[in-house]
Amino acid sequence: MSTATLEPRVHAQRNYLNDDYGWKSWLFTRDHKRIALLYLVSITFFFMIGGSFAVLMRIHLVEPQGALVQPETYNKLFTLHGIVMIFFFLIPSIPAVLGNFLVPLMVGARDLAFPRLNLLSWYIYIVGGLFTLYSAIAGGVDTGWTFYTPYSSTYSNTQVTAVAIGVFITGFSSILTGLNFIVTIHKMRAPGLTWFRMPLFLWAMYATSIIMVLGTPVLAITIFLLALEHLFHVGIFSPALGGDPLLFQHLFWFYSHPAVYIMILPAMGVVSEIIACFARKRIFGYRIVAFSSVAIAVLGFLVWGHHMFVTGQSVYAGLIFSLLSFLVAIPSAIKVFNWTATLYKGSISYDAPMLYAMGFIGLFTMGGLTGLFLASLATDVHLNGTYFIVAHFHYIMVGGAVMGYLGGIHFWWPKISGRKYPNGWAALAAAIIFIGFNLTFFPQFVLGYLGMPRRYAFYPAEFQVLNVMSSAGATVLGVGYLIPLVYLIWSMRYGPIAESNPWGATGLEWKTSSPPPTENFAEIPVVTEEAYAYAAEEAAGD
Amino acid sequence: MSQPIVPQKTYVLVFLCLIGLTILTTAVAFKDLGPFNTVAALAIAFAKMLLVILFFMGVRHSSGLIRIILVAGFFWLALLIAFTMSDYRTRSWTPAPDSWSSTAPPTHP
Amino acid sequence: MTDAEAHGQLAGLAHQFEDLEQQQEADALGIWLFLVTEIMFFGGLFAAYAIYRWLYFSAFQGGSHILDIRLGAANTIVLLASSLTMALSVRSAQTGNRRATVTFLIATMILGGTFLGIKGVEYNQKFVEHVVPSLDWAPEGQSLARLAPGGLDHAQIYFFFYFAMTGLHALHMIIGMALLLWLVLRARKGDFTPHYFAPVEVVGLYWHFVDIVWIFLFPLLYLIGGRY
Repeated sequence: MSTATLEPRVHAQRNYLNDDYGWKSWLFTRDHKRIALLYLVSITFFFMIGGSFAVLMRIHLVEPQGALVQPETYNKLFTLHGIVMIFFFLIPSIPAVLGNFLVPLMVGARDLAFPRLNLLSWYIYIVGGLFTLYSAIAGGVDTGWTFYTPYSSTYSNTQVTAVAIGVFITGFSSILTGLNFIVTIHKMRAPGLTWFRMPLFLWAMYATSIIMVLGTPVLAITIFLLALEHLFHVGIFSPALGGDPLLFQHLFWFYSHPAVYIMILPAMGVVSEIIACFARKRIFGYRIVAFSSVAIAVLGFLVWGHHMFVTGQSVYAGLIFSLLSFLVAIPSAIKVFNWTATLYKGSISYDAPMLYAMGFIGLFTMGGLTGLFLASLATDVHLNGTYFIVAHFHYIMVGGAVMGYLGGIHFWWPKISGRKYPNGWAALAAAIIFIGFNLTFFPQFVLGYLGMPRRYAFYPAEFQVLNVMSSAGATVLGVGYLIPLVYLIWSMRYGPIAESNPWGATGLEWKTSSPPPTENFAEIPVVTEEAYAYAAEEAAGD
Repeated sequence: MSQPIVPQKTYVLVFLCLIGLTILTTAVAFKDLGPFNTVAALAIAFAKMLLVILFFMGVRHSSGLIRIILVAGFFWLALLIAFTMSDYRTRSWTPAPDSWSSTAPPTHP
Repeated sequence: MTDAEAHGQLAGLAHQFEDLEQQQEADALGIWLFLVTEIMFFGGLFAAYAIYRWLYFSAFQGGSHILDIRLGAANTIVLLASSLTMALSVRSAQTGNRRATVTFLIATMILGGTFLGIKGVEYNQKFVEHVVPSLDWAPEGQSLARLAPGGLDHAQIYFFFYFAMTGLHALHMIIGMALLLWLVLRARKGDFTPHYFAPVEVVGLYWHFVDIVWIFLFPLLYLIGGRY
């Protein structure tokens, strides 16, 4: 931090937050930073909605016969929990909030390639969200977030069409964001910023955007066909006509498997940034990590059949998908090895972002390893449809993606808001989240292995202890999530003012003020050094 | 997108080729070539598509990046079709017991 | 460069770009990426179609022979002609010929409208023959004779694809017509110069893509298995 300049502790300087006032300046903005904040507020709102459904479910499950709701209502709870959390929180989270804010700054540009498309993206997301909220209020959906046919297309009498429209519309938000990022990264890098000088967060955003652009349209057409079939009571997924329900699953999972990489790759990008900064070391094997991001994006498209091992897919197709699923674990593992190697002999400090990053590495590894049991055909027969799967994906999505998101929020908060938050409370929250998370989801691995099915509103009495443990953990986790909400909002008014580079991190975003001016940089920077030039800084500094 | 200006004659020529190929594919449809009907129809369609892409859409003069992106798009679609089709084509390799078929007579428990 | 050239250079340069060349390259990359998403969007339909055609070939063949091949072929030629006029319009914008740009755009719209008109006639015909899934499915007479061998249920799947694929295509055409109208209005005002005609080019690429979809729809829907 020896190179940080002292700035006057008065917020007089012009920045993107105080440049213009009034609701119109926010709702009609083209500034990627303001759009990022619009997303931040919206996805936090949807996170709370999705979280509320989870809370209701965990309360219900403290009793073997169900403690709270009718089974039909329980079905609606897990369906809407999944839909809201996946489409309206996880998929947009890091790309639309941190990506939108940071990509232009990190490439050294004044904005994304298409600022108006960026704003349109947000409005599309909101309209999709409104349709989904409507479907929840007007009676809910009980098909599971996976919408399997023919139940969703023919037999369910819940708000399938409304939520299908919501998800369909929101998909375009994702597509436009990805398109914007790809063009920006290709065409708007500052002078001297070659591909292999880019921060790994940009590589992660690039790989994620490839998935968004190639995969989401297939979801769109699948949902479109589903809605048509639900509306007109006839269609191609209907067994009565000779239709194959498995075709829906093929088309659905062709997107929805890569979608999980949309959720995890950005978090991995965040982790790379945080580890490098708080170990004061260049990421070990930079190029390998960059290529791994792209490899995950590509290979991730070739494994979707592992969701269909037990639904009637051909065994031979299953074999191929199983093999490819093992292969896709390799680049993820490479990243974990590289982060670990980065930590080795690093000069480590344990600020809140680093706690989240380290939590990510541990929990993501557990989630990833359990994925191997599911990728193996024989063991999947036993574990599919049980709580083992639920635990597996929550370890990755919550233990991984959400912690990566929170770590990123905490890392870049000074840049975004111009304020610092109290590290003590942040560390406490991170610890509570880590403990609460494990208490919630580790018992679910055991439950699943012992045979408790997922998506059931009741269970055999012998599973009650583990279920109660899980529900207790969920309470702790919920408290953990609320704490940052409080101190981050508090910091916006009462937090100490942040200088341009409070962490002493490398990267172009730290070279401009906190918060940045609307045009990002007084002058477009010229890049002359490699990414993560921490060693040089250490040598020169103290 | 500062591309060279293509002569009007080139566009008209390409158009005439496209018309020719359309007439060809329609004519071929009236002959019995067995499975080759499908092959011919798809091959002609691909040829027409290439003409439109290269000439009308200007990919003849496009950068390598655009070409890679275009190829990637088609390749991804091919992946979707190929992998999905592989499921259907290989289902019969593991024959299911007769009793699973809906047309089999029901058996008593 | 002269003052007029400089002004032409700066006209239409968005603030996030350093120069017009960067903006043009970004615009090109953007529209091509969008077209790739459209390839995957229609592609999902084509994939589903491929599966069912393989599973129920004779039903698809029967359904295909009920379609009017003359109208299908005519529509194909109409759309190809519209691609020609669209390409000529872009070229006219590129050479700064305002009147030709507008004329060719209007010609494209007329041809597009013709396509949609013929489509409407075909759709109406399907109702007359009672081969519309769910809304009016009661094949009779010659239609029934053609569809029965492959199985009426499977034939319904074929017609579901017929309406879904041509319907989605027609929707894209309608959007394209709206974009063309927007271009006509802008072109008449003199918005486009040889240095700035990106909107014409972008809409042109979109229009050609929609044409390419039809280039595949025609053989896949109308020319299954031969008509001998």
